[in-house]
Amino acid sequence: MKAILTVHNLASDLVTTIWTPAFVAIFLAIIAYAFWPRNKAAFDKAAHLPLREE
Amino acid sequence: MSQPSISKSMTIGESGLAVVFAVTAFLCVIASAKALDAPFAFHAALSAAASVAAVFFIVNRYFERPAALPPQEINGRPNYNMGPIKFASFMAMFWGIAGFLVGLIIASQLAWPALNFDLPWISFGRLRPLHTSAVIFAFGGNVLIATSFYVVQKSCRARLAGDLAPWFVVLGYNFFILIAGTGYLLGVTQGKEYAEPEWYSDLWLTIVWVVYLLVFLVTVIKRKEPHIFVANWFYLAFIVTIAVLHLGNNPALPVSVFGSKSYIAWGGIQDAMFQWWYGHNAVGFFLTAGFLAIMYYFIPKRAERPIYSYRLSIIHFWALIFLYIWAGPHHLHYTALPDWTQTLGMTFSVMLWMPSWGGMINGLMTLSGAWDKLRTDPVLRMLVVSVAFYGMSTFEGPMMSIKVVNSLSHYTDWTIGHVHSGALGWVGFVSFGALYCLVPWAWNRKGLYSLKLVNWHFWVATLGIVLYISAMWVSGILQGLMWRAYTSLGFLEYSFIETVEAMHPFYIIRATGGGLFLIGSLIMAYNLWMTVRVGEQEVQMPVALQPAE
Repeated sequence: MKAILTVHNLASDLVTTIWTPAFVAIFLAIIAYAFWPRNKAAFDKAAHLPLREE
Repeated sequence: MSQPSISKSMTIGESGLAVVFAVTAFLCVIASAKALDAPFAFHAALSAAASVAAVFFIVNRYFERPAALPPQEINGRPNYNMGPIKFASFMAMFWGIAGFLVGLIIASQLAWPALNFDLPWISFGRLRPLHTSAVIFAFGGNVLIATSFYVVQKSCRARLAGDLAPWFVVLGYNFFILIAGTGYLLGVTQGKEYAEPEWYSDLWLTIVWVVYLLVFLVTVIKRKEPHIFVANWFYLAFIVTIAVLHLGNNPALPVSVFGSKSYIAWGGIQDAMFQWWYGHNAVGFFLTAGFLAIMYYFIPKRAERPIYSYRLSIIHFWALIFLYIWAGPHHLHYTALPDWTQTLGMTFSVMLWMPSWGGMINGLMTLSGAWDKLRTDPVLRMLVVSVAFYGMSTFEGPMMSIKVVNSLSHYTDWTIGHVHSGALGWVGFVSFGALYCLVPWAWNRKGLYSLKLVNWHFWVATLGIVLYISAMWVSGILQGLMWRAYTSLGFLEYSFIETVEAMHPFYIIRATGGGLFLIGSLIMAYNLWMTVRVGEQEVQMPVALQPAE
């Protein structure tokens, strides 16, 4: 039981420590993806998607 | 009827579902006989009847259909499945009118309390959840199911997944509404706001929702369009998050499997926090993410303009996902909830300003180059005004989540005004706009029966909203100020009943506004009905004349 609690504490410490920087990093990666110059053409095409019927 | 050459047999889905419903009918009859309370017996009997009807529907449909299932494509074009969309659109209009009407009744009861006629079934406490569930889950839910099934097919260029499954979703969801709504009138409730349905309705909704997720996901997976359009991301976030919220907020243990009453697993402040984590994200993912999906498909389509910034739509989506889920504690300011949790909820609510306004700008600016259409197309005007209301209510919401503002606004009519500027202005108008587009498309009509009537609907409903929200703002701030007014000796200046008395004129104005909104929806129902009945058929190009692609 004690061992399980220790593992639980370690895991929860790890998660509570790293989730903020991890989420910030993921979000920054998403912003980079959205603004990556090479993706521009694909996104411009996608913006027209509702207008292309069938 | 000419018999096709291939031999006809029931699919595994048809026979399996027919057997499942036959067994369910049998179990429901037993549950009805052994029921501990009358509402449970009624609901079990209703479920038995619906199960028998489902078996009949499946078998009858099998005998009526050709041997082969509908093809995925006809002449290289996707063979879109419009049946379930038409059904959900019809139900949306039906429940919308019912929900607005119940809203008008309870608004009138607040102005003139004698209108409950001392009958328990139509008392404010039972009709209020009927109103909220009817407009949010029945009207809004059917709009979301109808539009999501349409948008996912069109933007993926693929037929909706499943044969019976889409019908199971739309019929099953509306049966859930029926059980939940009749339950409220009979006094069956969990007492959790927006999560009132009892354990057995919750279990049924879980099954329906999982099938909804599968139909949507499988359609996305078999898409012909390589890119997953942003509206589908919003729909998917809505479906997945609602599933998680529903499971998190409803782990209840029934007192007996033959009775309607249950007790929730969570206790005390944990229960309150779970409830408002659920409640606020129902706003964020049901009333926002799902309807933003509508915005991202229907506004470009109607305005015939591309999305203003697809990059912004990606950031809008992820910012909303990352922030919304933490905002719930602002419903529990100055309660037993730890102070840091309240501050966390407030902070994330204020941060939500950014994605909300980013999304609003993206929706409005999609009209750049097509602003003149606002003059001539009342449907587009409705869609655009809805986005403006979205911006307004998502400005007001974060402001009200700030603790000092909340100390004045909480528990007053200001909250009701805020909710309705979002519900009537944003969710209502974007739904109306979407249905005005969807009905001619799904029924293959050239256009609406009358744009003039849409114009009438727009102005009558807008006037109703303005009366509603301005009455509630004045009333709410007045109420808040009266509650906190002290005399020079430190006594409360007003008794509670004096504040109630002061509300009376505003309650009459509010009911008038609600009445106008209801009249607008009746104009709409007539217009849509005539569009389907007498609308001109869209001319289909003969197959031979279609350009080769």
